[in-house]
Amino acid sequence: MLFERFLKSIGRVVLRELRNLGSMFIFLFNALVHIFIPPFKFKQLLRQIWFLGNKSILVILLTGSFTGMVLALQIFYTLSKFGSEALLGPAVALSLIRELGPVLSALMVTGRAGSALTAEIGIMRITEQIDALLSMALSPIRYLVVPNIVASLIVFPLLGAIFDLIGIFGGYVVGVKLLGLSSGTYFSKMDEFIDMEDITIGFVKSLTFGLIVAWVCCYKGYNTGYGAKGVSKATTEAVVLSSILILVWDYFIGSVWV
Amino acid sequence: MIEIIDLRKSFDGIEVLRGVNLVINDRELMVIIGKSGVGKSVLLKHLIGLYRPDSGKILIDGSDIVQTCGKKEVCRLRERFGVLFQGGALFDSLTVFENVAFPLQEKTKLPKRVIQERVSEALEDVGLSGIENKYPAELSGGMRKRVALARALITEPSIVLFDEPTTGLDPISMHAIHRLIVRTHKKYRFTGIVISHDIPQVFEIADRVAMLHDGIIVEVGLPEEIQNSENPIVKQFITGSLEGPIKVMD
Repeated sequence: MLFERFLKSIGRVVLRELRNLGSMFIFLFNALVHIFIPPFKFKQLLRQIWFLGNKSILVILLTGSFTGMVLALQIFYTLSKFGSEALLGPAVALSLIRELGPVLSALMVTGRAGSALTAEIGIMRITEQIDALLSMALSPIRYLVVPNIVASLIVFPLLGAIFDLIGIFGGYVVGVKLLGLSSGTYFSKMDEFIDMEDITIGFVKSLTFGLIVAWVCCYKGYNTGYGAKGVSKATTEAVVLSSILILVWDYFIGSVWV
Repeated sequence: MIEIIDLRKSFDGIEVLRGVNLVINDRELMVIIGKSGVGKSVLLKHLIGLYRPDSGKILIDGSDIVQTCGKKEVCRLRERFGVLFQGGALFDSLTVFENVAFPLQEKTKLPKRVIQERVSEALEDVGLSGIENKYPAELSGGMRKRVALARALITEPSIVLFDEPTTGLDPISMHAIHRLIVRTHKKYRFTGIVISHDIPQVFEIADRVAMLHDGIIVEVGLPEEIQNSENPIVKQFITGSLEGPIKVMD
């Protein structure tokens, strides 16, 4: 009897989560289809590029430079044990381009802009602005979701690249100015160790992270619960789920594309 | 004509609408009254297809909106409606002008100049000329409702739904909104459905009044018939008495 009740409750949870997952994928499919159906909302797209991209640059510059600096410190310490300090530049650059740049920039944008995105769409839901769009026979997906998805696909790779650049420069400051490595040593081996595939991996990661963040944050905002509590819950869920998916997807890409 | 036939809707096992039957004639102003939380707004949202009922029919000039599943057909039906939502539902990021012009810009190919004229006229109709460049956050509650009304009427819809248009307003603003509804109804000759619990003011604006209680329409009639009703539920609601068949939460 107790076991049966236990199984039932597990079944209920599994069914509920499967339903949520299904509804998330239908939402994504709808949004992706709408990307290619005119009319295109260029004004909204530009606004979202500005909101997601331009307003995130300061955060990316700060986190990118300190990530590069701390990376240089740690890698220098490890390399010095093997007498290979000369490889500091390529090691910092490789770590940033393949891994840390796309992941950390995506996590930072999720915290700064993803949460705001969920809250904005969530508030539009609870103040009936989404219902107003529907009542005018207009698609909220086209107005609210598509511009965010397209903007994220453009902005995330660019922010990832900025993160990489500033991180490499941060590593340069620590390696060359503080730890006494020569500037030529830091940069010289980079083009030898980094090839186009490393840059492509970083680019694909940023691109897919952009899709994940825009998808999850828009979905959570669009399906927010009632009142301020509902919006705050949706915002938290959006940030947590986006962050987890970024790390899981990062591992997945990393493991199939070595 | 709008015919609502045996409309039922439950949320999480709780039956909100338990078989609503109501006929709204062309060009009449029907006011639906009832206690808060009885499902008046839910009923209204069924009319534009924002909710799908568990069972029942909603016929608009003979075509059933419930059975309309094609996106284009739903859009065509919705284009006949104008809706004034409870809080106005103005878009925060747009100015008053952009809000009112929005349905025209998105749904028609009218030239800019014509849209500008139509918006000015609509704002004049609601007594709000000269605030085109303000944002909704800069307006009072009453002004927001007026702008929302201008937006609802800009496409000259044949059916206009008013979801508690005076909620949260002071008595003077409330009176002004009621007068505005009557004036615009006379001017545009739309079929109007007003959800309200402003007793007795609604009796002055309504052609007919229906009372929703416990998920069904308990009485429909002319304002004076409702005011003189012997139905204990209607009587209690109109007088605002605490004693009677309507349960009052302590």
